[in-house]
Amino acid sequence: MSEPVIAARGLTKRYRNAVVVDAINFEVAKGEIFGLLGPNGAGKTTTILMMLGLTEVSAGEVRVLGEDPVRAPLQVKRRVGYLPDSVGFYDQMTAVENLSYTAKLMGIGSDERQARIERALTRVRLNEVGNKRVATYSRGMRQRLGLAEILMKHAEIAILDEPTSGLDPQSTHEFLEMIEELKREGMTVLLSSHLLDQVQRICDRVALFNAGRIALLGSVSELAQQVLGGGYLVDLDVEMPPGADVERRLRDIAGITSVQRFGQFRYRIAATRDVRPEVARAVVGAGGSLTKLSVEEASLDAIYTRYFQRQAGATGGSRDAA
Amino acid sequence: MRREGSAFQGLGTVILKELSDHLSSARMRVLEWLVVLIAFASLYGTIDRIRDTTAEDPFLLLKLFTVERPPLPSFVGILGFLIPLVAIGLGFDAVNGEHNRRTLSRILAQPIYRDALLMGKFLAGLATLAIMLLCMWLLVIGAGIWFLGIPPGTEEVLRSLVFLGVALAYCGVWLALAMLLSIVFRSAATAALVALGLWLFATLIWPMLAPAIAQIIAPPDVRYQLLGLPSPATVEWQTALARLSPNQLFGECVLAILSPTTRALGPIYLEQLQGAVTGTGLPLSQSLLIAWPQMVGLVAGSIVLFVAGYIVFQRQEVRA
Repeated sequence: MSEPVIAARGLTKRYRNAVVVDAINFEVAKGEIFGLLGPNGAGKTTTILMMLGLTEVSAGEVRVLGEDPVRAPLQVKRRVGYLPDSVGFYDQMTAVENLSYTAKLMGIGSDERQARIERALTRVRLNEVGNKRVATYSRGMRQRLGLAEILMKHAEIAILDEPTSGLDPQSTHEFLEMIEELKREGMTVLLSSHLLDQVQRICDRVALFNAGRIALLGSVSELAQQVLGGGYLVDLDVEMPPGADVERRLRDIAGITSVQRFGQFRYRIAATRDVRPEVARAVVGAGGSLTKLSVEEASLDAIYTRYFQRQAGATGGSRDAA
Repeated sequence: MRREGSAFQGLGTVILKELSDHLSSARMRVLEWLVVLIAFASLYGTIDRIRDTTAEDPFLLLKLFTVERPPLPSFVGILGFLIPLVAIGLGFDAVNGEHNRRTLSRILAQPIYRDALLMGKFLAGLATLAIMLLCMWLLVIGAGIWFLGIPPGTEEVLRSLVFLGVALAYCGVWLALAMLLSIVFRSAATAALVALGLWLFATLIWPMLAPAIAQIIAPPDVRYQLLGLPSPATVEWQTALARLSPNQLFGECVLAILSPTTRALGPIYLEQLQGAVTGTGLPLSQSLLIAWPQMVGLVAGSIVLFVAGYIVFQRQEVRA
C-alpha cells in the first residue's frame, strides 16, 4: 500500500463517561473506496467528524492527507469534501446560489466559480434544474447536489455519511454509479453506511464497527473467510439412499471449509471457491440425487449477521451457542 | 495549542449572505413596516404638539425624538420598546435554524472556523439593524425639515448621531441575547419564546420589581419618611437595580443625549445644583460624560452576551 491518505491510530472519543469511539486503527489508501459499516450508534459519524476536525479527539490521533485535523482543520477541510448524513441546503435559495455560497467559503475565485458550478451540476445531472429553489428538490436530488459540492471543491477525499439512506432503488443505483465514477478519477472515497449490499458492491475494503471498535477490517472476501470460513456458500438439497454417507465425501473436496447439516437432506457448505461441480459429482457418486444446488457469494449481510450473532452468543453464554 | 489560519476567513462571505437573507426575508419586511408605521404615528403627534407649544427651543429638532403626545409615546420611547423585538426577530433562529435545516455541518466542513459563522451572523444582524435605524433617523430629520421648516444645527445632528450609535449598541445587546438563546436551545420556537419573555421582563416587570427589591435591601429611613422624602440609600439601590435592564440604560442615555438640559441621571442633591444656571443646556461633551457609563454598559453587555454565545457554540457538537 502506498502512503495512506487517512490514518487513524488509537483514535478515541469520549463523552463524559461513555466511550463512543474506542481506540480504533485504520488506514485508507489513495484511490480506494473504503466503507465504514455498523449499526446506528456504533461510532461511524463521530469518527468522520473527528477526521474533519469538527469534533475534538479525546485520545489518539488521525492524519488526513498528512495533516492533523485538530491543529490544521482548514488545511484538511480545504482538500476534503464532506457530504453529511441527510444533507441540508438553504431552501429559499437555488442550487446555483447554494453552491455559489459554499464556493465563496472555499475561497474559489469569482472568475472560476461559475464554470466549476456549471460543471459539477452537469456531472450530477442537475444542470437543468440548477436555477430552481432547493425547496422543490427531492431527497435524491439534494443528495446529488451535495455530491456536486464535493466535485466543485475538487476534493482529494470524499467523505460520504450514509449517502444512500432514504433513497429509492433507482436513485441509489445512480448515486452509487457516481461514486464509482469518482473512484475512476482517482478520488479516495470513504463512506459510512448500514445498507450492506450497496456497500459490498462498491467498496474495496470495509471496516465493521461494533460499539465503538472496529471489529473486522478488510475486503469483503477476506471478511467472509474470517467470519464465515469461506467466500462462497453452497446450498444443497439431496435425496440419499439409506446408509450413504455423503457428508464425508463432501468434506474431502478441496476448498470446502465447513459443512453444516440442516434436517435430514439439507446441507449448507462454505467454501473458498465455487465447488458446485465437485459437490454434484460427490452426491451422484454416492448414489443420491440432487434436488437443489445453488451458490451465493458471501454477502456482507451474511457476514454481518453472523458476526453479530456470534457476539450475542459470546456474551449470552453457552445456552445460546446452539 | 495554536490553530492554523485566520479565524476570520470567510467572514465577509457569511456577512453578505446573511445580510441579503435578512433584507429579503418576509420577517424583516413585516418588522420594518411595523416600526415605520408606529414611528410615523408618533412623529405625527409630536409634530402637532411642537407646533402648538414650543417655538423658540434651541433644540427643536431633538424634540422630534423625545416629545410625546399621549396616548402615543415619543419616538424614542417606541424605539426603546421595538428595537428588542426586531433584534430578537433577527437572531432567535440564527444557529438552531442551521441545525434544523441540517446545513450547519455542511457549512462547517468548508475551510472556515466556527468563529466566522457566528461573528458573520452577528455582524450581519447588526448591519441590518443599522440600516433600519439610519433610514428612520433620516425620515425623522426629513420630516422635521418638511413639516416644521427647521434646518438642523451642527450640535443637533451630532447629538442625534450619537443617539444612533447608542441605539445600535442597544440593538447589539438584544441581538447577542437572541443569538445566545438560539445556540442554547435547539428549537427556534423555544428560543424565541424565552427571548420574548426576557424582553417583557426587562421592559415591563423589572421596572416594577426594582423599587420593591430596593425597599427590601435598604428599608426607608424613618427620618426621611417623616419629611416626606425618599431615603438616599433606597433610591440608590433602586437606580442601581433598575440599571440592570438594558432598557433603563438606553432610556437614560437617550435622556442625556437628546435633552441637553439633563444634568444628572438618578437622584440630584442640592449641592450639585449650586451655581448651576437652570434651564440652559449642557454642551455635547458634558452630556456625553453624563451618559458615558450607560453607553459603556450597553456595549459591554452586548460583548458579554456574544462571548457567552461564542463559548457555548465552540463547545457544541455539530451533529444533529
